[in-house]
Amino acid sequence: MSGVHVTTTINGDEVDFVCPADETLLDALRNRLGLTGAKEGCGTGDCGACSVILDGRLVCSCLVLGAEAQGRKIETIEGMADGEKLHPLQRLFISHAALQCGICTPGFLIAAKNLLEMNPDPTEEEIRFGLAGNLCRCTGYDKIVRAVQAAAKEMRGA
Amino acid sequence: MVHVVLWGALKSASGGKDAVDVEARDIRELFRKLEAEYPGMKPHIDRGIAVSINGTIYRDTWSQTIPPDTEIYLLPRIAGG
Amino acid sequence: MPLDTSYTGQKFKLVGTRPLRPDGIDKVTGRAKYGADAFAPGQLVGRVLRSPHAHAKIKKIDTSKAEKLAGVKAVITSADLPDYTNGDRGMFDILENCMARDKVFYDGHAVAAVAAIDADTARKALKLIKVDYEILPHVTDVDEAIKPKAPILHDDIFTEGVEPKPKKPSNIAKRTEFGHGDVEQGFKEADIVIEKTFKTEQTHQGYIEPHACLANVGPDGQGEMWVTTQGHFVYRNQCAQLLGMDISKLRVTASEIGGGFGGKTHIWAEPLALALSRKANRPVKLVMSREEVFRASGPTSSTSIDVKIGARKDGTITAATATLRYASGPFYGMWAELGAMTSFACYDLKNVKSVGYEVLVNRPKVAAYRAPSAPMAAFAVESVIDEIAKKIGMDPVEFRIKNAAKEGTKSSYGPVYGPIGIGPTLEAAKNHPHMKAPLKKNQGRGMACGFWFNFGGQTCTSININPDGTAVVAVGTIDVGGSRASMSLMAAEELGIPYENVRCVVADTSSLGHNDMSDGSRVTFSSGMATVIAARNAIKVLCQRAAKMWDIPEDAVVWEDGCAKPAGANAGTFPPLTLKEIAAAAANTGGPIAGHNEFVADGAGVSFATHICDVEVDPETGATKILRYTVIQDAGKAIHPSYVEGQYQGGAAQGIGWALNEEYIYGKDGRLQNPGFLDYRIPVCSDLPFIDTVILEIPNPNHPYGVRGVGETSIVPPLAAIANAVSNAVGVRMTHIPMSPPRILKAIEGGPA
Repeated sequence: MSGVHVTTTINGDEVDFVCPADETLLDALRNRLGLTGAKEGCGTGDCGACSVILDGRLVCSCLVLGAEAQGRKIETIEGMADGEKLHPLQRLFISHAALQCGICTPGFLIAAKNLLEMNPDPTEEEIRFGLAGNLCRCTGYDKIVRAVQAAAKEMRGA
Repeated sequence: MVHVVLWGALKSASGGKDAVDVEARDIRELFRKLEAEYPGMKPHIDRGIAVSINGTIYRDTWSQTIPPDTEIYLLPRIAGG
Repeated sequence: MPLDTSYTGQKFKLVGTRPLRPDGIDKVTGRAKYGADAFAPGQLVGRVLRSPHAHAKIKKIDTSKAEKLAGVKAVITSADLPDYTNGDRGMFDILENCMARDKVFYDGHAVAAVAAIDADTARKALKLIKVDYEILPHVTDVDEAIKPKAPILHDDIFTEGVEPKPKKPSNIAKRTEFGHGDVEQGFKEADIVIEKTFKTEQTHQGYIEPHACLANVGPDGQGEMWVTTQGHFVYRNQCAQLLGMDISKLRVTASEIGGGFGGKTHIWAEPLALALSRKANRPVKLVMSREEVFRASGPTSSTSIDVKIGARKDGTITAATATLRYASGPFYGMWAELGAMTSFACYDLKNVKSVGYEVLVNRPKVAAYRAPSAPMAAFAVESVIDEIAKKIGMDPVEFRIKNAAKEGTKSSYGPVYGPIGIGPTLEAAKNHPHMKAPLKKNQGRGMACGFWFNFGGQTCTSININPDGTAVVAVGTIDVGGSRASMSLMAAEELGIPYENVRCVVADTSSLGHNDMSDGSRVTFSSGMATVIAARNAIKVLCQRAAKMWDIPEDAVVWEDGCAKPAGANAGTFPPLTLKEIAAAAANTGGPIAGHNEFVADGAGVSFATHICDVEVDPETGATKILRYTVIQDAGKAIHPSYVEGQYQGGAAQGIGWALNEEYIYGKDGRLQNPGFLDYRIPVCSDLPFIDTVILEIPNPNHPYGVRGVGETSIVPPLAAIANAVSNAVGVRMTHIPMSPPRILKAIEGGPA
């Protein structure tokens, strides 16, 4: 196998991997780097379970090539907590019962974090449209939206 | 005597009867006697039959006793999601 | 002595509170391991070759080129899966569905599989397999399949349940019938009779996690499997049988499950992964793509249903009939039967009859989907109920209250009801502010009721008391929606220790006796009851140990507030011994302390719900927006109310998707046209409002805490509630689900659609 050598920064750490030119970033994260927090729900960019932040932008890692990560900065769910301290979104997802099976949860947390970074005080509608790229089949989104509202409030210090 | 009400799919196995009377103290005896008298019911019993006794549905507890002179209902063993 | 599991009205300290779930941290940090997250040394990639044809004979499969490709370690066809089913038609259908034998029955039916060193090699190998098909005529529509000239799927299936036995094979696998009274007479007594025909399209459970497993079988016949499933014991039993293995030699560990909703109660590619692993003598990881999930793992039935209801002007229903045709895919099912049983279960009817037909079609094998078959029947029945109420000039809630089943009612499917919640949910709906909120132009309100049986089943639970006074609860039922939290609550309640001191795990198949699956809304009911009994058994041991420590008779010790206490003054005066103190002394009082329970949990409580829904329909596009949604459901007892609400909301959201958007679309060629989340559109966050919930608690007399089970009923009323709301908004009765924009436009412009 002739592969592409990629040097990239993931959750603040510089890492190297070699992958075929047509391999997705999702597969590289999961199969080469052991970062299985990003999930493959569809492989076509429709479900958002593989969401990561690439240079500050929310992307479906199943639609990005591993080779495209060269020299970029990637944030994944594995880097969201600060040591023992959970991100407010992580903590409030648990306390608001905003997850049932949990397969979509990493993607939702990444998407919600990105949303609140861009818009710290979103309306309910802005939250709903901001998270419309992430599918959840268990919760009906009710408790997810409430958890994001609570996190936004807490993070604004309101 | 237990009055056993059958559902549609069992009627053909009982010769078209809606209900049959059986002397049985528990579900195991009930199935044994039904099988002996109506061999056509065996495949249904093998596939799974639930028994409703006084409003409670039993799927697997064959030792469940049946009070005398009770009207009971046989039902298909249901699947769930 | 039979176990006493009856409801006692016990007062709770912990049950009913909302503690944090034990798997929360793992799930918000990405650490939770799902089906596709496992790795084994030397693992291969498994891939499945699937039929592009809806119906064809397999004349020959040539795998020789694929086998020669470098990096390919095993190739299998049905020849590698000999028939060990021993005349069990149900198991043979499962075998044939996992891998086609003489014929393929649907687009996506597996015909061969490979294991290779990487995904790329596996893909190339699939392309090198040559399958010689003889294409046969196919049928995918439920109504077309029962026409006299329809292509017949199986020439050895004759309609069961009709006399005399038919002489010609048929796509109607079975006829079934339920009911009582004299419906002809009942219709004669009616002032108004309404009869309508309805259709619903096929939908998928739509779990976000595709089927995935990691199989590892050695030449000594021993194996292990890591798999996403709703029932690892059932997967083990079925896989072992299909592979000719001893059950004891196949150890199955359940991964975290990324949604199932019934779809993971059936085995699909797992036997193929095991067979590949056995042939290659290497671990094989097999993960389905989303397209494979849609094409080849079980959706629910598409249906066609006739409903006829007659009523007097005073609002009394005099007779009701339904004829239900449910597609079950290419294999025998019980889906119409369940539709027939549930269709009129909400009502107290003198004369009622429902007839179900299981219809075989060239679509994937139907699997259970949350309260399987009930939503479609409820859609048809509740639509006609609404029409009749309107004709009579009665409020739809009042009309339903007048005819609602109650304690002592003989249900339409046979049994007489005990205490039930349909009346109370309707009363709660009547008094809910949602019913009185004003509506604007193009908006409509609808409501509907729903029923599901719930059931119990075989269950086995162990509680081990640790030396430090904490407890581990090992259950054999998969946690699909937070049940580890509920089990911990119940164990802590009984033992009298803090919730945080209990750890609940899902044990693998070698650690506990057989458990039925997490289906039928049974987990909190069955495993919960087993946990309560196991805890009480552990308490018996704890009291025995305390008696030893005090040197008094065992029956002189009682358990209160997490402590052993002398039963009375005659027993002696000792300060209470805490669970922690007894546990610490266990080594010298007889060794480890544990409580177990193995039983069949019978006596599940039937469940009812009433939903209210407001919609706005855009008359130009036909698009429907859900404005407000309220779920009212009887839980029996809500152990962890947050996760009960979650079940109510999740079921409603799935029902909303089914009602408005989701459907399998087949082309004339018999191929599925939309096997992806882009074209099979499940609801997203911006499609929905907050979903209000009302939890009623009418205790199930057969559970010590009164639990009924809550998982499934919430998907039953939405199709009907939304159809009633849309019909009220557009002024035309909607009879075809999903009510997609084109269907609504057609209805507005040209009558019924």
